[in-house]
Amino acid sequence: MKPVYAISENIISSLGFTASENADGLLSGTSGISIHQDTALYFNPVALSLVDTFQTEQRFEAILDNYKTEHKSGSYTRLEKMLILSIAGALQDISVRAGNPRLILILSTTKGNINLLEDRFTAKFDHKRIYLWALASVIRDFFGFANTPLIISNACISGVMALIKASRLLRSGKYDYAVVAGGDIATEFVISGFQSFQALSSEPCKPFDLNRKGLSLGEGCGTIVLSANPPDTGSTSILLAGGAVSNDANHISGPSRTGEELSMAINTAIRESGFVNRDVDYISAHGTATPFNDEMEAKAISLSRMNEVPVNSFKGYWGHTLGASGIMESAALIRSMKMNCLFRSAGYETPGVTETINVIQETTYKPVNTCLKTASGFGGCNAALVFQKT
Amino acid sequence: MDNQITAYTYIGEGKVVVNKRLIFYQEKIATFAEFIRALYKQEQVSYPKFYKMDSLSKLGFISAELLLRNENPGRFKPGSLAVVLANSSSSLDTDLAHQDSIRNRSAYFPSPSVFVYTLANIVIGEICIRNGFKGENAFLVSEKFNPAQLQEYVSDLLDNGYAEACICGWVEILGNNFKAVMALVEKEGSGAVIKKEFAPLPFTEATLNDLMNVN
Repeated sequence: MKPVYAISENIISSLGFTASENADGLLSGTSGISIHQDTALYFNPVALSLVDTFQTEQRFEAILDNYKTEHKSGSYTRLEKMLILSIAGALQDISVRAGNPRLILILSTTKGNINLLEDRFTAKFDHKRIYLWALASVIRDFFGFANTPLIISNACISGVMALIKASRLLRSGKYDYAVVAGGDIATEFVISGFQSFQALSSEPCKPFDLNRKGLSLGEGCGTIVLSANPPDTGSTSILLAGGAVSNDANHISGPSRTGEELSMAINTAIRESGFVNRDVDYISAHGTATPFNDEMEAKAISLSRMNEVPVNSFKGYWGHTLGASGIMESAALIRSMKMNCLFRSAGYETPGVTETINVIQETTYKPVNTCLKTASGFGGCNAALVFQKT
Repeated sequence: MDNQITAYTYIGEGKVVVNKRLIFYQEKIATFAEFIRALYKQEQVSYPKFYKMDSLSKLGFISAELLLRNENPGRFKPGSLAVVLANSSSSLDTDLAHQDSIRNRSAYFPSPSVFVYTLANIVIGEICIRNGFKGENAFLVSEKFNPAQLQEYVSDLLDNGYAEACICGWVEILGNNFKAVMALVEKEGSGAVIKKEFAPLPFTEATLNDLMNVN
């Protein structure tokens, strides 16, 4: 199969504005989730992982200068600024020209500019800005991407799905480059919705832990640039080796009871990569810290006979960032591979799922060559993606 | 082996067409709710969960019901049936309802049964639950119907063995403006149900455009 390389990555979260800053944050082991009292987000205090607004504004001004655009900062929404920063960050160290006719932008988001439905924004932005295609157009115009963007909005697997689709597009020879970017922001819309489900933890979330009480919401962006050609720096090559998507066909808001369908996606992705399950030396799980999700994932990992494989969730660091999560977490996984470092699964202390799985308790340096990223979401969707280091 | 459309449905401008045949027509549509209820009754669909769905899911669900009515999807393995849908406004129709429920602190009533539908791909979940489909799925968003994008996505799944058959289409609703076009796409010679009134169509951008403008 034609190789597809991940040649650059960026993460914007509560831990920082670059993949390196985020890797430093993961190494330090501290969570970016804290209790916030912001009535514009929720009328009660709530545990969230938020991207620093002051730094976002400052860094965005600098980007406007760099790109010599006529536009003013005020003409962009918070999410647009974050996405532009993330993509610019991923593009700055590589020689790929944004206007390359063989490049496609793939955008992953669940809710896009959903905060524009709030009364305080309706006068400020054109009503069309709420549409996901309008968001993609703003990003496309800023960078001058040549092709119509592909927009994927498939709940919490959007990011992993966007990477899978991007790798297929490159493998088929339709494009040489894909800029895969995902973003979602913390809004009253999303917080109130998850509260109504009673799915939010009152403290920073604890994926796979016995005392987990639900998820913590986060906001952020991630960008990974894929190429049909090896990276020009001569550094380590990270390949997207195979991927698969499945559906539980069970419940719209609850995961499968057996984990069979996620396991099916995992097995298919590994098979496509030319590996067998025991070759995998690290799993970056979805790990939302809701009782049902983590249990289902543990069952799937067990069904795929990967109980011994080290597994973590990044949700304990920057919360659940919805449509951005799959890309941010894949970018963190790529950093794990480059650093040969497995990050501690923040919030985990006591085994809390019925299957025995190997949740990472201490950050450890060891060879990390073949990795699996998984995601699951509302609508019963699952995705699995294999990364390989050469 | 070429990919072909072996069944399709069209819902728009008050008309419902299944495999070239007009099965339902309302000259004046008062509301989407009335339209879809009348269609549900006439077609004698029986699925209590239908009443809990939001408009986007109702529209997509009914389209899939009519599409598969005389098909035999059991000839495919559950894991090899894919669903790929697209629209312009994502779940905005229900997003507005959820936002209304949190607009006033004095009348704050967000509901999980509304909130869950503020994701566009839930309609795919509903179709998968009803039919036991466990294969690839994707929800795409584009300003206008983009037959090239949809055709590429689905062909890639079928041509590279990610799926044996795929339900694909456009399911758009905002208020009382709605349109849905859905097609069953499979490889030539995969044992499609033979129909008297409708011969399989080549799965091309041009065909998808024709189906969008079936009027």
